[in-house]
Amino acid sequence: MRDLTLAMRRRTDVLTTLFFFIIVVSLFPLGAGTEKMILMKIAPGVAWVAALLASMLALERLFASDFADGTLEQMLLTPQPIFILVLGKVFAHWLLTGLPLVFIAPLVGLQYYLPDEAVSTMMLALLIGTPILSLVGAIGAALTLGLRGGGILLSLLILPLYIPIMVYGAGVVSASATGTTDLQAYFSILSGFLILALVLSPIATAAALRISVE
Amino acid sequence: MSAISEFFHAGGYGFYIWGSYGAAILLMVGELTIIKQQYRTILKRLSRMARMNAAEEDE
Amino acid sequence: MSINWFKYSSPTTFYPLAGKMIPFFGWLTALLTIGGLYWGFFETPDTLSDQKEYYRIIYIHVGAAWMSMWLYIMMAAWALAGLVFQTRLSYMIASAIAPTGAIATFLALWTGAFWGKTSWGTWWDWDPRMTSELILLFLYMGYMALQSAIDDPRRADRAAALLALVGLVCVPIIFWSINCPNPNECAALHQTSKPGGGNMDPNILIAMLVVALAFWMYSFVAVLMRVRNIILERERHTTWVNEMLEDKQ
Repeated sequence: MRDLTLAMRRRTDVLTTLFFFIIVVSLFPLGAGTEKMILMKIAPGVAWVAALLASMLALERLFASDFADGTLEQMLLTPQPIFILVLGKVFAHWLLTGLPLVFIAPLVGLQYYLPDEAVSTMMLALLIGTPILSLVGAIGAALTLGLRGGGILLSLLILPLYIPIMVYGAGVVSASATGTTDLQAYFSILSGFLILALVLSPIATAAALRISVE
Repeated sequence: MSAISEFFHAGGYGFYIWGSYGAAILLMVGELTIIKQQYRTILKRLSRMARMNAAEEDE
Repeated sequence: MSINWFKYSSPTTFYPLAGKMIPFFGWLTALLTIGGLYWGFFETPDTLSDQKEYYRIIYIHVGAAWMSMWLYIMMAAWALAGLVFQTRLSYMIASAIAPTGAIATFLALWTGAFWGKTSWGTWWDWDPRMTSELILLFLYMGYMALQSAIDDPRRADRAAALLALVGLVCVPIIFWSINCPNPNECAALHQTSKPGGGNMDPNILIAMLVVALAFWMYSFVAVLMRVRNIILERERHTTWVNEMLEDKQ
């Protein structure tokens, strides 16, 4: 809870992330040309790449302020298991940077001439996919805690790990845009990733925090 | 055409074959050379430090 | 009789042991390379199914690709050993493997490009295996970048080790996702465009395996040499290093 109230105080972060996403998405048509067919084809990929980058933005600060003022060290000493702390942080991060992307997705659909079904598919895919981004990203944030140039390093470490989420997240939108109705398999895989990340990421993040804080 | 130049010509694919093998040799020999060089620098620096320590102890 | 393996897990005893093993692996590398390449160039037909002489890139391409994956697994295994047993040497070996693994990965990509240019007519193709190899290169880079970004060697070792393990868990998922972007129909392209084991001339196969073995032995040489450097660097304040230096003078 504390994480949420703290995070709510940094409301500018939400807007920064959101506008970053919108700007990246809007840049592609200017670079790749505004032909309708091309835009429809690249839309899923563009939206997901923008989502990956946007979720990286606030990741660096996930544990940074608690680390700087020593709260993190104290939290690690309390008997309360760390993974609960980690889950709280990750949930706050997702609420502020992941969830807004789900609601802005129709705007992407508008800009890229996507059919309505594809837009709703994209919203659902983002809803399942963005928590995974926050979970996996937390491991990287914990590993690079307090390092110089941690932000760039973080993206170097984490972006390759985001690939599967992007492949299926974008894949399901493409499939839906071309009229495929059988999307079950994609969503099963994405949900599977989410469960896997929910189980494993807090453990890895907790271990990484111990390593970094010691 | 002599047998050797024919071998390196490799039926017109010499550039591709030797481009691959050349990169392999360059990288692997280069890697070993760099490690060897590092080894010498470390040894040199460490033995200099050891001598300095020994000199201090003598004083 | 049981051997006390932990005796060799201390850098003090491993350093001279590694020094003794390097020439051994070095000679093995040289012998296997010369033997394998001789066999591969002079005892094999000039064509491999529909591929002309350029197929001879196979000897280094396959060896490098195998080593790139094997070394990543070994790196993660040593990292795990370090985290479990808290042995400094394990971390040192893991971090010594990374650069050699990255070089093998790069080599697999480079030779793949040259081979692709001749047989497919393009330097690069977003073929699943090539893409996987590229991602593997990124993972090696990430490991090395994290390790070198942290000043405290103890934290650097453990953080990088954890990253290697996370990478190891993710690698199968990443490769699989690249292989089957559409879960409803999963098809890999590379296999069909590669000479399968069935129609390959046995001499080519032998040469390929021998050169791959040479790559493996080479990795031992490079990794052991680098481990010795790391040990010296890390243990420079200990008495055994200083005594060894005095003996050398």
